[in-house]
Amino acid sequence: MDALLANIDWAEIGLASLDTLLMLGGALLFSVLLGLPLGVVLFLTSRGQLLEHRVVYAALSFVVNVLRSLPFIILLIVMIPVTLLLVGTSLGVAGAIPPLVAGTAPFFARLVETALRGVDRGVIEASQAMGATTRQIVTGVLLPEARAGIIAGITVTAVALVSYTAMAGVVGAGGLGDLAMRFGYQRFQTDVMIVTVVLLLVLVQLLQMLGDALVARYSRR
Amino acid sequence: MIEFKSAHKHYRVAGVERTALHPLDLAIGAGEVFGIIGRSGAGKSTLLRLINGLERPSGGSVQVEGVDVGTLDADGLRALRRRVGMIFQHFNLLASRTVAANVAFPLQLAGHDRAATARRVAELLDRVGLADHAGHYPAQLSGGQKQRVGIARALACAPGILLCDEATSALDPETTASVLRLLDQINREDGLTIVLITHEMDVIRRICDRVAVLEDGRLVESGPVADVFLHPRHATTQRFVQEHEHEDPATAKPDRAPGVRRIRVTLRGDTTQAPLLGRVARETGVDFGLVAGHVDRIKDLPYAQLTLALHGDAAEAAVQRLREAGARVEAID
Repeated sequence: MDALLANIDWAEIGLASLDTLLMLGGALLFSVLLGLPLGVVLFLTSRGQLLEHRVVYAALSFVVNVLRSLPFIILLIVMIPVTLLLVGTSLGVAGAIPPLVAGTAPFFARLVETALRGVDRGVIEASQAMGATTRQIVTGVLLPEARAGIIAGITVTAVALVSYTAMAGVVGAGGLGDLAMRFGYQRFQTDVMIVTVVLLLVLVQLLQMLGDALVARYSRR
Repeated sequence: MIEFKSAHKHYRVAGVERTALHPLDLAIGAGEVFGIIGRSGAGKSTLLRLINGLERPSGGSVQVEGVDVGTLDADGLRALRRRVGMIFQHFNLLASRTVAANVAFPLQLAGHDRAATARRVAELLDRVGLADHAGHYPAQLSGGQKQRVGIARALACAPGILLCDEATSALDPETTASVLRLLDQINREDGLTIVLITHEMDVIRRICDRVAVLEDGRLVESGPVADVFLHPRHATTQRFVQEHEHEDPATAKPDRAPGVRRIRVTLRGDTTQAPLLGRVARETGVDFGLVAGHVDRIKDLPYAQLTLALHGDAAEAAVQRLREAGARVEAID
């Protein structure tokens, strides 16, 4: 057994796991906080919706598309000045979170927009007929009705974030992906590679299971 | 109560102007059950939505309780909509809320406190017969139950007007009848004005006092249901009535026999069940055969409409007698 896992430093693995979880948690939190309102605005300003506004929709849509089309590894570098401004450092876990958010918040916003499109138009009309304001429709109708879809979106976003964190090693953020890269790949320590990959796999599985369970819990169709 | 004055509505679809509703005048009185019948695309949906401002008129005016809907700002519209309930073909309940929470929704929007809301919800659910289903989700209900929730929700803020958008079109005949009975009961007990749109003459016959027939955005006929239903003038109205009666126009055509006259006799109200035909036959010596007919009710009004073949020379006298007795008689040729 020892020979099999000769290169494994479990303390190192533990630290890397913690880094991955911190990046995941922090980036997911901010992606949701930014992406949810962005998705709502995208939906509301789109064609035929309550606050239809061609210019606002086109502008937001453009920004979202630009951020989504940039490869994450490029975004990580391009974002350095902004990251410095926001968190005071462009290194480590803190330095990785802004580019992670910039990469996934627009992605999540699109998922929110799609989930909101799934809300029955008739239900929105009924709320208008009851005298609901746009704000009441968003908080009382759109978000609760799209809840299952939004939770599914958060799950997909979290899984995407796990793979993005693997690249965060470029700014010295550490994490399991970074470990796999530096030891597993560059130093040919196959055992490190296998352990980190298995841990990432378990993490993704857990996220997906949790997400699916919540979706099932909140589906009312 | 509700008054359309040359109200009309155009849409621009892909740069092309389309008229949904031609200038239209219509007055609906307080406490009335007013039906609007038309095919899909006839403009009935637009007409209904002009009443609560979900659609704005392109011109003319729509007055509701003395207020010109077209001139209201956002706050004014919301205030109006709390006085005008609406139910829908597909119910449009919130899937994420329980039955009770759906009914509570308009009360919450209007800022009622928790206790008052809970009391009102219990009262409404009791009224529509769903007190046992308060904690269910819409997905667990049948179509008829969903529409009852829709009705309870629409009545939550005690509106003076209820708009029904094809409210029974997604329901089976039995459920349709029970939902219509509920609406009729609410109209009688609360004096609620009901405006409903439908493509089924049967809905009109069961609960409406007056009816307007729409075709291609134009009002082609309107009046008390009994008049329009028993003596439709416009071709569209005649088709709706025929569909309701399942009468094939081909078989209704008289095969001409010499000395036989065909007439249609319409009896309404108390005379419907009077022993009229036998007496007239005895007194005039006319013989008659039944060709087609219906004996039914229009809302509360019993009626009989029979197509008779009159044999013998006394046909003219018999027609005369029937008319004297209060029947409406039309010759069919």
